Amino acid sequence: MTTEHSRHCVFQNGNGERKTCLYWLRTLMDWQAFWLTIRLALLVALVLCVFGLPIAYWIAFSGKRWKFIVEAIVALPIVLPPTVLGFYVLLALGSRSFLGRSWRSLTGHTLAFTFTGLVIGSIIYSLPFAVQPFATAFALVDRRLIAASKTLGVSDLGTFLRVVLPLSVPGLVTGIALSFAHTMGEFGVVLMVGGNIPGVTRTVSIDIYDQVQALNYAGANQTALVLLAFSFAALCLVYGVNRKAWAVWPWR
Amino acid sequence: MSGLWSEPQSLGGVAVEIAQNSAARAKVRQRIDSPVNVLTVEFRKSLVGPTGTFKLNIRFRAESGISILFGPSGAGKTTLLDCVAGLNTPDSGTIKVGDHVFFNDAAGVNVSVQQRHIAYVFQDLALFPHLSASGNVAYGLGNLDRSVRQQRCETILESLRISHLRDRKPGEISGGERQRVALARALVTEPCVLLLDEPLAALDAPTKSKIIDDLRLWSQEHPVPILYVTHSREEVFALGEQVLVLEDGRLIAQGTPHEVMTAPRQESVAQLVGFENILDANVIAVHPDRGTMTCRLSNSRVELETPLVRAEIGALLRVGIRAGDILLATVRPQGLSARNIIAGRVVSLEQHDVIVTARVDCGVAMNVHLTLAARDSLDLQPGGEVWLIVKTHSCHLMVN
Repeated sequence: MTTEHSRHCVFQNGNGERKTCLYWLRTLMDWQAFWLTIRLALLVALVLCVFGLPIAYWIAFSGKRWKFIVEAIVALPIVLPPTVLGFYVLLALGSRSFLGRSWRSLTGHTLAFTFTGLVIGSIIYSLPFAVQPFATAFALVDRRLIAASKTLGVSDLGTFLRVVLPLSVPGLVTGIALSFAHTMGEFGVVLMVGGNIPGVTRTVSIDIYDQVQALNYAGANQTALVLLAFSFAALCLVYGVNRKAWAVWPWR
Repeated sequence: MSGLWSEPQSLGGVAVEIAQNSAARAKVRQRIDSPVNVLTVEFRKSLVGPTGTFKLNIRFRAESGISILFGPSGAGKTTLLDCVAGLNTPDSGTIKVGDHVFFNDAAGVNVSVQQRHIAYVFQDLALFPHLSASGNVAYGLGNLDRSVRQQRCETILESLRISHLRDRKPGEISGGERQRVALARALVTEPCVLLLDEPLAALDAPTKSKIIDDLRLWSQEHPVPILYVTHSREEVFALGEQVLVLEDGRLIAQGTPHEVMTAPRQESVAQLVGFENILDANVIAVHPDRGTMTCRLSNSRVELETPLVRAEIGALLRVGIRAGDILLATVRPQGLSARNIIAGRVVSLEQHDVIVTARVDCGVAMNVHLTLAARDSLDLQPGGEVWLIVKTHSCHLMVN
């Protein structure tokens, strides 16, 4: 693993007192890794919002006997060691698998050790953190309200959009916030699937690990503190804006 | 009574709507043209609950107007409404309005809730908490033009006198107002069947009677079947043209409120309509010329003159007497038209609200209702000697 400190040199050319603060900020941590992580987390939260909603809807409203199997699969990433999950995702994305081969014939390269691969791995890893709060929120919507909507002639989709979703906002916010925060801090899956390529797959947590490996504890501490402050601020914002979010915590 | 249903502006609203919306016009015409709006319900359904299997076996016809579904909780009233609405599916049978079949297992028909064009006011109202009153009312009119929708909403809000609540959320208005919003939301869709599940249960009497008036007015303007679930006797008499008594998943009596409520033929109906005294009796003499007969209450020497029913001498009958229909005197009364004067002794006096229940031992235990003033002016005490006076026609005979 290579740890580059060339960025220090780039900004050392800055002259004058006013640049000191900016300089300090820029040298504080690996901002490339930081923005990559933000990008990854946002993308994962967005995709989970799109794919998580139908899955959560099905879990909340289906009467199928074998529903528990789907629930167990969705919850699996919570208990599975990230390395195990990462290992299988790596196999699935690799050039020997069907998915990997098809992707390669489409794009010319494999999914493993790319940003796209990282996104796919993270989606699977964070799936329960989005789907469970969504499903809990849906299940808490009074069934009589849904029945009332239907008796008023509104379709199932219309009922979902006009009654279920608006009444599930706290759960939606919780799910998005949790999947975002969870992706921000993931380590095992990223290392297995993405490796450590600066600007492509190196996330903040990998960066911290690298700095600790290089015995640069001060650097690791700075990066870790920024991540801690950022996560805390994001959650404060979410819960502060949406106080009802406590109602779906802890989820069932 | 504000009868805005029939006033020119609401007719104007309908005219605008017909001119603007051909779909609505077709709908209105279809409704006018349809022969008779008769709801025919005939189905069976088994429900598996914690206390075992509950069987519903229902068969009735409800013409346009208000039909009361009356019965104790757990009789299957809500399940029946849910089956008509399409929120629950019967095991077999037919449910239809006019010739519009909602459900028929033989033909494999089960029309979706949305396609049934019914309106349902739930027991807990089920108002959308995130929408304003007008948002709730307009909810089911999504397929209409904006202007038509607003017109219809305004008309209904005005006629139910809740226009001023337009922008308030359900959580910000009173119980009676919420009830009106729920009613408005249902009525505005011009349903072909209206289902009401104890919509007024939580209201005080004056609010209740005003809403009942509104509902009757609407019913006169809109000839559709209305199924109204209640277990309040007052509502039965105030509203019903037809009463269906439901018990244990079966209809046990049917008729006008007066027929069903004053001359119950089954004991379960009697308990429902509130006979505090239900006593076993043997027929000891019949007087066809006077239209009466004499019965002796079992395990006592008390004899009662009752209306004549077809029964042999010696037959075992059951007599129901309302506690409020019995007079109580502290001296033996004379010169009364009432034929039954029974001596007894006060066992206990219990006060519930403004009613005093006197338990009187006259060979059998009888419950008598008194006002507070009557208790005080008679200076009633437990142990005191009293006479009970019961009119012949206050004795209701029923079969077991």
